[in-house]
Amino acid sequence: MNPLLGKLTLEEIPYHEPIIMGAVGVALLGVLAIAVVLQRYRLWGWLWSEYITSVDHKKIGIMYVLLGLVMLLRGFTDAVMMRLQQSMSLDPNPGYLPPEHFDQIFTAHGVIMIFFVAMPLIVGLMNIAVPLQIGARDVAFPFLNSLSFWLTFSGAMLVNASLIFGEFAKTGWAAYPPLSQLSFSPDVGVDYYIWSLQISGIGTLLTGVNFLVTILRMRAPGMKMMRMPIFVWTAFCTNVLIVAAFPILTVTLALLGLDRYVGTHFFTNDGGGEQMMYVNLFWAWGHPEVYILVLPAFGVFSEVVATFSGKPLFGYKTMVWATIAITFFSFVVWLHHFFTMGAGANVNAFFGIATMIIAVPTGVKMFNWLFTMFRGRVRFSVPMLWSIGFIITFTIGGMTGVLLAMPGADFVLHNSLFLVAHFHNTIIGGVVFGIFAAINYWFPKAMGFRLSEPLGRASFWCWLIGFYVAFMPLYVLGFMGMTRRLNHYPNPDWQPWLVLAAVGVAIIAVGILCTILQIVYSVWKRDQLRDTTGDPWDGRTLEWATASPPPIYNFAEVPRITEIDAFANMKANGTGMFVPGTPYSDIHMPRNTAAGFLMGIFSLALGFGLVWHIWWLVGLGAIAMTGALLVRLFDEDIAFIIPAEQVRETEMRRLEGVGQP
Amino acid sequence: MTDRMAAFDVSPGDGALSVFRRFPLVTSGLARLRSALIVLCSGLLLVSCQFPVLDPSGPIAAKEKQLILISTALMLLVVLPVIILTLFFVFWYRASNTRAHAMPNWAHSNAIEAVVWIVPLLIVIALGWLAWTTTHALDPYKPLEETDKPTLEIDVVALDWKWLFIYPEQNIASVNEVAFPIDRPVRFEITSDTVMNSFFIPGLAGQMYAMAGMRTQLSLIANKPGSFGGLSANYSGAGFSGMRFTALATSDADFEAWTRKVAAAGQPLDKAAYAKLAKKRENSPVVYYAPGDPDLLVNLIKKYRHTPPPEPTGDTPAEASQTPPAAHADH
Repeated sequence: MNPLLGKLTLEEIPYHEPIIMGAVGVALLGVLAIAVVLQRYRLWGWLWSEYITSVDHKKIGIMYVLLGLVMLLRGFTDAVMMRLQQSMSLDPNPGYLPPEHFDQIFTAHGVIMIFFVAMPLIVGLMNIAVPLQIGARDVAFPFLNSLSFWLTFSGAMLVNASLIFGEFAKTGWAAYPPLSQLSFSPDVGVDYYIWSLQISGIGTLLTGVNFLVTILRMRAPGMKMMRMPIFVWTAFCTNVLIVAAFPILTVTLALLGLDRYVGTHFFTNDGGGEQMMYVNLFWAWGHPEVYILVLPAFGVFSEVVATFSGKPLFGYKTMVWATIAITFFSFVVWLHHFFTMGAGANVNAFFGIATMIIAVPTGVKMFNWLFTMFRGRVRFSVPMLWSIGFIITFTIGGMTGVLLAMPGADFVLHNSLFLVAHFHNTIIGGVVFGIFAAINYWFPKAMGFRLSEPLGRASFWCWLIGFYVAFMPLYVLGFMGMTRRLNHYPNPDWQPWLVLAAVGVAIIAVGILCTILQIVYSVWKRDQLRDTTGDPWDGRTLEWATASPPPIYNFAEVPRITEIDAFANMKANGTGMFVPGTPYSDIHMPRNTAAGFLMGIFSLALGFGLVWHIWWLVGLGAIAMTGALLVRLFDEDIAFIIPAEQVRETEMRRLEGVGQP
Repeated sequence: MTDRMAAFDVSPGDGALSVFRRFPLVTSGLARLRSALIVLCSGLLLVSCQFPVLDPSGPIAAKEKQLILISTALMLLVVLPVIILTLFFVFWYRASNTRAHAMPNWAHSNAIEAVVWIVPLLIVIALGWLAWTTTHALDPYKPLEETDKPTLEIDVVALDWKWLFIYPEQNIASVNEVAFPIDRPVRFEITSDTVMNSFFIPGLAGQMYAMAGMRTQLSLIANKPGSFGGLSANYSGAGFSGMRFTALATSDADFEAWTRKVAAAGQPLDKAAYAKLAKKRENSPVVYYAPGDPDLLVNLIKKYRHTPPPEPTGDTPAEASQTPPAAHADH
């Protein structure tokens, strides 16, 4: 153990592993390419002041979405590698992935997809849309918002660092003890897991606090709770879940960390440890987590279906109550993740029934979306295509979920590929489809130009078809007795289905390629795709009343709201939001700050030091983080004023641009 | 390049799939992909597939299969209408269909709300009742009442990466091979001397976690003789994929023969033999031990817990009188 480098040695870099070195090479090339472009166009200053130090919710939202999409590439590569391995590895063929790699890959796949793809994308969408939808100028705590992003970024970089230095956990994404304990996982993998999740978890918790206060306290005057856009309601419930559930994860990982670092016996086999306690705590967080992911997606679909049917959302009030019901029930079902741990029939039955009850409000939402389309005029925009795909796909996933909620059925299907198919069915069909719908829907608002429609459609069809081809075989394999996380298997009957699943993943890969092409092409052709009116879809909610992209202050005048679907009604009645002739006033906005970014970078050093037992780095990182925070907290000059004249000029330019004097 | 890129510009009214028509190479590639998929799927249907979960060989697994089918049928009552309505609504109410009657301000109906809350609620109540009754009926800790034959107890220990089976009554043990007579209730008492595993024989019963310091329980009866593949259904490390065992359901006579075979071929399962067995090893062969170690399960649990495990459930008075006292010192 080296005092300078802790457990880290040169041997921890996997020089002789071609696949890993290849992946690292690609990543470094990507970073280099970006650096070259930034240098060529002299964009460092722009990047620093427009994005890195920004406390603007719109910019932070864009950064979250970018992070999520980039990490999607790594998580998806993991998926491709696993499908390829399993399509080959019928005994005696060992496949091309040695077990110690396969085991890291399925662990990293789960961790990356949940924590560093789905969470950042959802939080990013909430960042972009929620303040605009409630008529606010920013979130309640803009600096905390920046800090949240950079902590999440740091967690993602720590997971990526595990590719180069050492290895990742080989425990599955839930990291159950005793396998995740030091005695069975002596390497640094589980430590990477713990610290990347702790650091990004703090960021998420701060987001929860931030958005709860924002939604509760910063709505435009007249916007009562029951006049909020439905996406804001789902964001609100999601943030309630975040604030209530993420502390559970923080404590659980802290206890596991104490076991590994200090020698306590919270979850060890010996010394009085209780592994079942970890399982309970993890899933007490884990189940609300999946609702954290899916509720905003439900909100997106509500907005999209209403907009592209040209009708208000059917049954708004019941949608709100259904969302609240789902939020509440998501806290009383966690045991369905381990019916087979031996809790006994009464306990198992209670949790099974509670799980099935959630199907009722979810089903109500489905019907409300359908009856929004009913007697409407449905336009098949790209977001609408994703929504239709979602309704069908998520319903099937929900059905298999209720099936798994039957303890008797779960005894034969638990941990099988049937389970894997179910949760991908709901996460892809629900969360991923919702994210793509939202990206296509709000991209013009955030960036000022639309995404190319044909490429968007190509991406959708590839994802839809690819999903079914990749995951329906897994349901079949579950019934054939195949369990999850196998890197080789004896039964030749299973192989054709695994090959079919691999083909499905290839189709999804084409879909992802289409999305990348869609973004690149749309940036290139942005002048032709410009959104000049700010309302490309004939939207119903307040964000479409602003320019695309909105000015930094969002609304020159805080709107006064009298009903739900405020903007749609204003357009229908020909009334505006503002009393004409009201003079513009000075607007008070928060200044950029480097504190969030710096604290994020120092947290990366802190995390890396903790993983490798480089104690001086830990101390330095902690002191630097505290120092940056203190500098920020004592900084009195954190806001600036946009003078009324400048506001007036911006607004006049915009009105002229849309052809109004 | 510009012309190819111009192909991406789409005019309103182009259908959802129009993008694919612009690229002849893509279309023919797609056509080939479609043909390949059709061939592959047809081939899959012809492959003889074994579905142990849906082709049970014992009453427990049979009840679990029945439960799956009934639950699915109940849910299809909602799922099928949702899918059909979705496809119908998007088709009929598409913007270009002028025959459809649009009501752009209609967003509320108490009648529809009542139906969409009540009908799923009724189905969930039915499923909930089913959940309550079947969960109790299929409780792995519940003694099987199907027959009045005596219960065979087999202790199961999960190791890295193999399964150790101990027969306290017969005083034998085996690795990666377990046998039991058909039509006789079998009760597995399960623990682990390593990380969490899950003891699972698809086609005969559900699964049950194996955890160090804990005793879990699983009951089954086999109705047909046969050889069943068993596995661990909870990832437990590098050798997890090879952690398979064979479960032999046999006639009474064949079971006696098997126990005699093990007794004859087996080495004693003493401390040294167990220490060697507990070492990490993948793809372990079948090994027999005789005499076995009837107290091993209890001792392993005591090793972690420092207290004896709680009494197992399930002995009927008839069985209790049949078990020889020596092999059940702790009961």
